Amino acid sequence: MSFINSLSRESWINLSLCIVLCAVPLWAWLSDQPFTLTLCTRVAILALAGVGLNIALGVGGLVSLGHAAFFGLGGYAMGILASHAQSYTPLMEAPFLLEGTKSMPLIWLTAMTVSALAAVFIGALSLRTSGVYFIMITLAFAQMFYYFAISWLAYGGEDGLSIYVRNGFPGLNTLDPLQFMLLTYAVLALALWFYHRLAKSSFGLALNAARQSPARVQAVGITRYNVQLVAIVLSASITGLAGALFADLNRFVSPTMFSWQTSGEIMVFVILGGVGRLFGPVAGAALFILLEHQLGGLSEFWHIYLGLLLLLVVLFARGGIIGTLAGREQANG
Amino acid sequence: MSMILILEQMLNGIQFGVMLFLMAAGLTLVFGVMGLINLAHGSLYMVGAFAAAAVANATGSFLLGLAASLCAAAAAGALVEVLVIRRLYDRDHLDQVLATFALILIFSEGTRWLFGSFPLYLNIPDYLKGAVTLPGGVQYPLYRLSIILVGLAVAAALYLLISKTRLGVQIRAGENDREMIAALGVDISKLYTLVFALGAALAGLAGALVGAVQSVQVGMGEPVLIMAFVVIVIGGIGSIKGALVAAILVGLTEKLGGLLLVEMLSTFIEMSEAQSVGAIFSSMLIYILMAAVLIVKPTGLYGRSL
Repeated sequence: MSFINSLSRESWINLSLCIVLCAVPLWAWLSDQPFTLTLCTRVAILALAGVGLNIALGVGGLVSLGHAAFFGLGGYAMGILASHAQSYTPLMEAPFLLEGTKSMPLIWLTAMTVSALAAVFIGALSLRTSGVYFIMITLAFAQMFYYFAISWLAYGGEDGLSIYVRNGFPGLNTLDPLQFMLLTYAVLALALWFYHRLAKSSFGLALNAARQSPARVQAVGITRYNVQLVAIVLSASITGLAGALFADLNRFVSPTMFSWQTSGEIMVFVILGGVGRLFGPVAGAALFILLEHQLGGLSEFWHIYLGLLLLLVVLFARGGIIGTLAGREQANG
Repeated sequence: MSMILILEQMLNGIQFGVMLFLMAAGLTLVFGVMGLINLAHGSLYMVGAFAAAAVANATGSFLLGLAASLCAAAAAGALVEVLVIRRLYDRDHLDQVLATFALILIFSEGTRWLFGSFPLYLNIPDYLKGAVTLPGGVQYPLYRLSIILVGLAVAAALYLLISKTRLGVQIRAGENDREMIAALGVDISKLYTLVFALGAALAGLAGALVGAVQSVQVGMGEPVLIMAFVVIVIGGIGSIKGALVAAILVGLTEKLGGLLLVEMLSTFIEMSEAQSVGAIFSSMLIYILMAAVLIVKPTGLYGRSL
């Protein structure tokens, strides 16, 4: 009993969310509805992108409107590697031979590395500004990638890239919706565990403090800039991984992944669920997909309802779904 | 590369710049006075364009269409301010971004619901059709030239409004110290609604003017919105003068930058290669410009230092 009593209200919500997220696919699998499994996979991947953003936004308070850059880079890392593998052409020959690949672990590694490198560059420049300027400069960087992708005809330009067969993971048949879904669930679980550990670690505390009181953090000898830069890099590599998975789910990458609407949507997942809450992005992404699916079936103009709901959440339910349900206790942890 | 082409692109750049200024002026005023970041400004641009197209097509008068764009956008702006925006002034930027993102969704889908997904067309009136020959032998469309003149006239009027009138004094005072001007007996919430409606009207006018050159459709506001943000960030948020300078700078970069880039590259590499590289980078130029400005001056050209 003491274990149960020791759980906070937020933990109860998280636990019920986990149960629902596992029960839905189980039910879908038993009643043979592969489409619902695909929806669950979408939720897991988008939630993963949100978990990435939540490190920068929730813990670090860095309002990045440019996470589509990392989401898209992950997507294009997958698209470029897989398209070379499917056409049996090397990525480059000089100075050393680089071949495409259809192996997910390799693609994931590339996606995370590329996103992290981009984040070092973007973060180092953006962190010189703050407030609205930070929001806008991150948006500007994402737009650069967007226009670059549109005009880069070698990889599809505006039309994007199609991959005919989903990439493989050793020991799994990724073409089976259930197995691919379980894989994304496992990745999401790992990312949530990482977020949880990070938020509790001394690094997470420093990052949190840099958000609340930059001057005091400097005074105790922590360089705000470095802490926040590391946060952006970690955040970007998780969102990049989500981008690679998202591209694999659709077997398609296009410049839309870089668009500012994508940045906005990732931010919507986090805020709808609850900024700085462990399961915030999961709740947000699940609700978003549920709404898209349910309202999309009811009305062609479902974005109106999404907009109204979002407005109500921002105006009246500060702290998102989890924040409202769990009350004011311990956010950002 | 011919001189005429450069001159023509320069005029295109200025035309694009003054149009961006109409958008950016409202954004930067709203940010300067109320501290609000408004993503839904592009929706007001769209509202203006739709109102102009609907009224001009129904009555056959372009000027009535322009008047309708001003009224409709100002009314939509005032309505949104009273219903939603005024609850956001003392929130952080994150809430403002989200709430106004939600407004975009509502505006876009609402317009799609009212007018359908097909674009509307707004015709240039007969008396503005054709081209004029400018000194230097450049043939330039009369309509585009009128956009430049209207934009410059609005910029001048805005300058007079802010520096010479009582309302302008209140706006400038509101930028400096909100509590103080409220304490001096100015109805601050009425002032805010007025400023927001003014910004909305300018955006609506921009939408109507551009609507006659391009098609009027849902989603036309967002690309312009992002460019207008680039403009106010380069100019320094809150500064009208900065917005004008940056708008022209961004307009010229957008229209002329690609051309000059290809020219510059072609001295190093082959022309065809220069063109393909130039095409990739020319659409990124204004974002590169913005990043460069922010790196050198983190609060923009005319912004107050943090």
